[in-house]
Amino acid sequence: MTSLPQPSAKKLGLVIDLDTCVGCQACATSCKEWNTQGFSGPLTDENPYGSDPSGVWLNRVHGYEVKEQGQADSRIVHFPRSCLHCETPACVTVCPTGASYKRAEDGIVLVNPETCIGCKLCSWACPYGAREYDQSHGVMKKCTLCVDRIYNENLVEEDRQPACVKACPTGARHFGDLGDADSKVSKLVAERGGYDLLPEMGYKPVNKYLPPRARRDATTVKPEALPKPDGSAFDRLFVWADKVLSGKKSSAASVVDNSGKLEG
Amino acid sequence: MHPAYSVILFTTASGAGYGLLALLGLVGFNHGQASSMVFGIVAMVIALGLITIGLLSSTFHLGHPERAWRALSQWRTSWLSREGVVAVLTYPPALAFGLVWSGLIEAPQWIAPLGIITAALAIFTVVCTGKIYSTLTTIRAWNTSVTVPVYVFFGLATGACLLAAITSIFGNFPAFLVSMSAMLLVITIGLKMTYWKHIDTEPRSYTMGDATGLGRIGEVSQWELPHSSLNYVQKEMGYVVARRHATRLRGLVVFALLFAIGFLLLSLVVPYAAILAAAVALFAAAVERWLFFAEAQHVSTLFYGAKSA
Repeated sequence: MTSLPQPSAKKLGLVIDLDTCVGCQACATSCKEWNTQGFSGPLTDENPYGSDPSGVWLNRVHGYEVKEQGQADSRIVHFPRSCLHCETPACVTVCPTGASYKRAEDGIVLVNPETCIGCKLCSWACPYGAREYDQSHGVMKKCTLCVDRIYNENLVEEDRQPACVKACPTGARHFGDLGDADSKVSKLVAERGGYDLLPEMGYKPVNKYLPPRARRDATTVKPEALPKPDGSAFDRLFVWADKVLSGKKSSAASVVDNSGKLEG
Repeated sequence: MHPAYSVILFTTASGAGYGLLALLGLVGFNHGQASSMVFGIVAMVIALGLITIGLLSSTFHLGHPERAWRALSQWRTSWLSREGVVAVLTYPPALAFGLVWSGLIEAPQWIAPLGIITAALAIFTVVCTGKIYSTLTTIRAWNTSVTVPVYVFFGLATGACLLAAITSIFGNFPAFLVSMSAMLLVITIGLKMTYWKHIDTEPRSYTMGDATGLGRIGEVSQWELPHSSLNYVQKEMGYVVARRHATRLRGLVVFALLFAIGFLLLSLVVPYAAILAAAVALFAAAVERWLFFAEAQHVSTLFYGAKSA
């Protein structure tokens, strides 16, 4: 049924820390690996070894440049993007067949690959670009929150988490019940000021993003912040070594070059 | 938005078909039996033929056309499902109307009620089509109150031109048809220009900073895409026609519709000119439908480098 169920108490979702994400793509590749054989699989690739490869991925990691006010240099923010398992997902209500649905028990949004007719309307209704159409199977694919892992009793308990969360080497992805104010993820969101994507659109995403922290010391990236020669024995040794290695009587050698450029 | 040719064919063909069917229903309601059996049959076959071709072509773009029947189930929430349901519901009264109105079955007392029911269902089907688009809050251009009227009036105007064309061949060609078709075309031009003005002037309320939420810490721009070649979201949602071409094509639509009015006026002298009016009106509708998609920007493009949506 594409009518939405009564809001569930349990709201499973992800919390993504934009401060610690390093953009390594481990979440995206492990998602692809698990899900290509999972509930929504296969995640087909078209022309994978050709010059114009494309394919279905349920998780994409973008890179954005952010110019903060009062900072000379901009910073890079890695931004994983996948289904946010919204509380009022229009992708579900527009579905003409009932293939798209939101689970009453935990709020996970899924597509039934047996009944999807591949009209693509759900992907038009999603503001987050989270759904990807599988050309070769003629059905829509999306993040399943690894519904085939999180309840899977064949896995040891610590592995009953989405593949992306398990794979993240920096702990930037957290999985839990965002409907429970006392859960670890809810506390993390409260503590770090976790936010919704495009809240104005009214989809009420369950997944939350933790904003990048303010830089601890933005001057550390500048040459002036590097240690200056202090006339110690070590400094004199390096000045002498620089002079010998340069092989010419240069007065410039007495100044330590912090520019980081190689001498040409 | 990517303009899928099957969807353009569907919406223009079935739009004109439903427009013609609605007008035939109203003609039957007002005037009773068709002026001749041949005219009645030809008009009904053209109307239902266009509708059926349109509906069939709409299934061509489905990943699983054999599952299309499932789309009739979710009418409680989905306008696409409602469109399917109403489209199917229109057939029985439309066929019955065609039989009694053309005189194949002698039951004149049924012409008026069947005509009005058929007309209402035909128009409501086009309303559903428009609603599919106008209710998508993710596409600013479509999410307006003028989208549904544009769909309905393009259907009625092209249907009226078709009716004039068919009448010019088979029926008594009344001047009333010319004034009605021309009036519908004028309203259609007005509505479409309102739509274009709306999408040109309405502020683009979302930015990349809003979409990513990173606007709260600074000014956001794209640094690196998640993948090296275009993905589904970019191909489907990221299609944008160059502004210069869009302006020319808008001009082409308006010119074609004005030509249709011209041919209709000419048909007062030479009735067959109505056939040309129908041809240019349908051409205009197809170009307009292509632009409808190609000019619409999806909010998800913000994640892929669009500055605002």
